[in-house]
Amino acid sequence: MTAWRGLTLFAGDAVLVASKDLRIEWRARTALGQVLPFAVLVLVLFGFALDANRPALRLATPGLLWMTVLFATVVAVQRSVAVESTDGARRMLLLSGMAPAAAFAGKAAAVAVQLLIVEVLLVPGVVLLYDAEIESLPLVVATCVAATVGLATAGSLLGAVVAGVRAHQTVLPILLLPVSAPVLIAATRAFADGFGTVAVDGWSWVGLLAGFAAVNAVLGAVVYGLLLEDT
Amino acid sequence: MTSPELESAPSEPLIASYLGGPARTGSRFTFWLGLVTLLGLAGVAVLGLLAVPADDVQGDSVRIIFVHVPSALGAYTALGVTALGSVMWLWRRSVWWDVTAHAGAEVGVLLCGLMLVTGMLWGRPTWGTYWEWGDVRLVTALILFLVMVGYLSVRALGGDAASVATRAAVVGLVGGINIPIVNRSVNWWANRTLHQQSSLTEGKLEDLTLFTLFLAFVVAAMAILWMMVHRFRIGWLERQLQARDLDDALAARRAEAGR
Repeated sequence: MTAWRGLTLFAGDAVLVASKDLRIEWRARTALGQVLPFAVLVLVLFGFALDANRPALRLATPGLLWMTVLFATVVAVQRSVAVESTDGARRMLLLSGMAPAAAFAGKAAAVAVQLLIVEVLLVPGVVLLYDAEIESLPLVVATCVAATVGLATAGSLLGAVVAGVRAHQTVLPILLLPVSAPVLIAATRAFADGFGTVAVDGWSWVGLLAGFAAVNAVLGAVVYGLLLEDT
Repeated sequence: MTSPELESAPSEPLIASYLGGPARTGSRFTFWLGLVTLLGLAGVAVLGLLAVPADDVQGDSVRIIFVHVPSALGAYTALGVTALGSVMWLWRRSVWWDVTAHAGAEVGVLLCGLMLVTGMLWGRPTWGTYWEWGDVRLVTALILFLVMVGYLSVRALGGDAASVATRAAVVGLVGGINIPIVNRSVNWWANRTLHQQSSLTEGKLEDLTLFTLFLAFVVAAMAILWMMVHRFRIGWLERQLQARDLDDALAARRAEAGR
């Protein structure tokens, strides 16, 4: 009974923080007005960079798509950090009395929702622009969900590391991109299976993505409170 | 108020009076350790470059093993110390472990870079390529190197000592936990390793080569210890200086208010 109550309290707080972040994003239209156009722009630029070579683009599609998502993650996390950096909002988060783990879950969930919106646009984007064909929709969807949770949790955790630092915009990519290497590798391989460009077992890669997401979610839940207190 | 001469390079006696203790990083122990390490390095250089015979297959390029393998072991050890120090800071608030973690990261990044460079130099004549993407050890080492460079850039952000320590410790922890996942993913991604199995455990090395390699291990361990001790002492003095700065500023403000 108490465990159930604790769980609903945790979920309620997490939803509260996530909806707050998403509401701010919705009103500022940053995700819609900047992150989405940025992601599409990167897709177009890759087309130029690869000399509009259709076979090459088709082969490179999974990798290019996930590189784009990785860049979008950096932008989304930077926004998520910036929201808390003014008016002592982070202090308020600490003083609100909610479990830091719930606040972390909420922050990560808001980033994840924005990334999923980006992916919903990007996947049809590569089908149209790069001539890609989806062979297994369930695999593509599962990959998107698992990879997004991993990127959002690792991103929110490292975002909290640099929160409140003047140089946070330049330091975040240095921290986040190397750690995200397994996501890029695994999501690219899984998509290569989902798009039918390479014969691999995509589902085992989804398993690795889920493992990455679980590890970083637990890590974030444990240390987020320490970061809020000390920084 | 900080005295003006402290803004530039403070002299040693001045820092000593400031901290109420010695302001040096050297001691009798590190002096002798350093001397023995230098002699040992000279010994490894003479043995490794002149006395050890060239390999039947690899020729003279085999000599790079005396730098590559000890620096690889040293890099992973130093970075392990950083991960442990990060945990101990977050868990126990141990300043000693925090300073140790920082020292480990700096020494570890240096050795990791040395391992990558010597590995690439060896790879070119032996494998015919500086870099092989399918190799688990190479790619993992590179990602580890990049994560630790990020760790050092967080250390350099400045600000309150405790907050820098916590930020850095989380990066150390995230790196330490994610590196095995990187290793796993690269292993699945392309298991077409070129990296040879350990020559040591397969017993392929000649006696003199084996002896030189073990000497190189011992000397590398001493060099790492020497660097770690000095780097630790610098970090420790920095911490004390920071604490003193704040006390002095407070005292100065109080004196002004009382005037």
